[in-house]
Amino acid sequence: MDHTSTLEKIIRGVLLTLVVIFFMFPIFWIFLMSFQTNESILRIPPSLAFTPTFDNYFALVTGEMRTAAGSLKIEFMRNLWNSVLLSTISVALSLVLGIPAAYAFARFKFKLGEDIAFTLLSFRFAPPLLVLLPLSLYFKTLGLTNTYIGLIWVYQLICLPLILWIVRGYFEDLSPDIEHAHRIAGYGWFATFWKIALPLARPGIAAAGLLAFIFAWNNFVFALVLASADKQPVTVGALAFVTASGIQYGQIAAAIVLSVLPTFVLALFAQRYLVEGLSLGAVKG
Amino acid sequence: MSQLSLRNLSKSYGAFTVFDGLNLEADAGEIIVVFGGSGTGKTILLRLIAGVEDQTSGTVELNGEDMTDVPPERRNVGMAFQNFALFPHMSARENIAAPLRAKSASESALNAGIDRVSKLLKIDRVLGHAPRELSNGQKQRTSLARALAAEPKFLLLDDPLRNVDAKLRYEMRLELPRLLRQSGATVLYVTQDYKEAMALADRIAVLQGGKFVQVATPQDIYEKPATLQVARLFGDPVINTLDVTLQAQGKGAAADVAGYKISIPGNVQSHVSKTVVLAMRPDAVTLNTSKSGVKATVMAITPLNERTVLLLQAENGWEFLASLSAAAETPKAGSTVTAHFESSDIHLFDKETGERLHG
Repeated sequence: MDHTSTLEKIIRGVLLTLVVIFFMFPIFWIFLMSFQTNESILRIPPSLAFTPTFDNYFALVTGEMRTAAGSLKIEFMRNLWNSVLLSTISVALSLVLGIPAAYAFARFKFKLGEDIAFTLLSFRFAPPLLVLLPLSLYFKTLGLTNTYIGLIWVYQLICLPLILWIVRGYFEDLSPDIEHAHRIAGYGWFATFWKIALPLARPGIAAAGLLAFIFAWNNFVFALVLASADKQPVTVGALAFVTASGIQYGQIAAAIVLSVLPTFVLALFAQRYLVEGLSLGAVKG
Repeated sequence: MSQLSLRNLSKSYGAFTVFDGLNLEADAGEIIVVFGGSGTGKTILLRLIAGVEDQTSGTVELNGEDMTDVPPERRNVGMAFQNFALFPHMSARENIAAPLRAKSASESALNAGIDRVSKLLKIDRVLGHAPRELSNGQKQRTSLARALAAEPKFLLLDDPLRNVDAKLRYEMRLELPRLLRQSGATVLYVTQDYKEAMALADRIAVLQGGKFVQVATPQDIYEKPATLQVARLFGDPVINTLDVTLQAQGKGAAADVAGYKISIPGNVQSHVSKTVVLAMRPDAVTLNTSKSGVKATVMAITPLNERTVLLLQAENGWEFLASLSAAAETPKAGSTVTAHFESSDIHLFDKETGERLHG
């Protein structure tokens, strides 16, 4: 059953190539930029021919940024570490809190259940700027400004609703009969949750965790306002490249390449789960 | 002491009542088939007994013990689900092992238990497969094996033959009684196939409109249906019915069935001159014997299994069925016949309530 003519194949190939170029070109360009000096980046007209240099990466790793105006200290590696720390712990905490909650919302009807679930979801559509001012005031009073704990707490606004709603969908897709069968076979509710519900929802949990990680990693505004340099993630740390003597395009590009790397590796590793997780409800017995 | 008793068991969801005040006593080792159409709450009844859902009121007693606060894992029941409900991430073997492991059976007892049920159900060759690699028949056997593995005192089988093909259903209908007998368990078997119910049951409990309308042996259900509905549900082709007005005849009563006057057995004088529903099974009808009967025209002839079903029309327009054994001579379509049936084959039901009127 192959109706595609040669012409169709060619058109399809051309269109696909265009789409791939459209989406991949910026990333490719940034990748090239990261191996160039500011001067060669800003050449007019731009050119693909240049002598690659590792200066940008070197500067990031050592923390010494040389600009026209002199040497400047940057905290990029620390920022990167902060990003890893904040995102990982936030997602882990969200999983610990969100999975049991998702299970409860999926399996049990209780008073205000839907309202609570919706309130948690609404955290996702409130613009962050709206909550930032009151939040920073509270944080000052509570002494949480510029602490990892404070940031991880705020990151729950990003991670928890995402995990809760995706994983809930997965739990709802599981036939309750499978869990009933396990109970009747002689196991208590916790054993059933642990051995049946959790393993069967694993693709959903993996996808939700990965998405939450990406969202947490890309967050900018919470950390910008609520933390200072030593606690800030890469997204905020990148601001340091806008210096008095100009924008350090090469180093920004190198920083982007380095900071994309962890999520990129993670996404490659969990690609299958990610696709399943986005096309909700892909667990069929 | 009965092994399983339901006392005034009721279940409702909000304003919707599934069933109301069910009572049932089952003896040890008895096979009770709960029969009813879809949506009558048969599955919910099993869930209540298994403990995965709570009743609204009334009690379930197993072994004379009130189960109201006993969680499913401590009720000593085995259950096979209509949709099999196998654990998709475990092999068939691990599925069957689950109830044995829950009892912390030793490795040797575990193997022996799995061996026993898998041989019994002929799935010993596919034990290593995941549920998605099994055919429906194998899934169904695996779920039965899982229910039987821990040798529970009570077996709840929720229409286990519903989702398997006709050939396997037929085979299993022959095999199941022996299998269930062997298990020694008290069995509650849910189905909406009357032939399955007749083949398996010691007693059939007909669930309708939230009540057990009749709990009796298959023979009694067939021969003395408690209501017109039950009479219609059991039997293929469906029972013939006609509204008649009873007339007094000596000490008893008689009815005029499309010109054929027939006396009615039993004590029914109190219903004389009332309109009642008269019914008789198509296989009670014989054609063109020397005896008197209903004059009718043959409208259609349909072979059904080993029998031939004739649609007949009496002179007053009443249409009814006759089911003849294949050996009997079949009249031609369009020919006129005399359809005879005996007084003893007649069932009489109240027109309003549908209840049986005589013994």
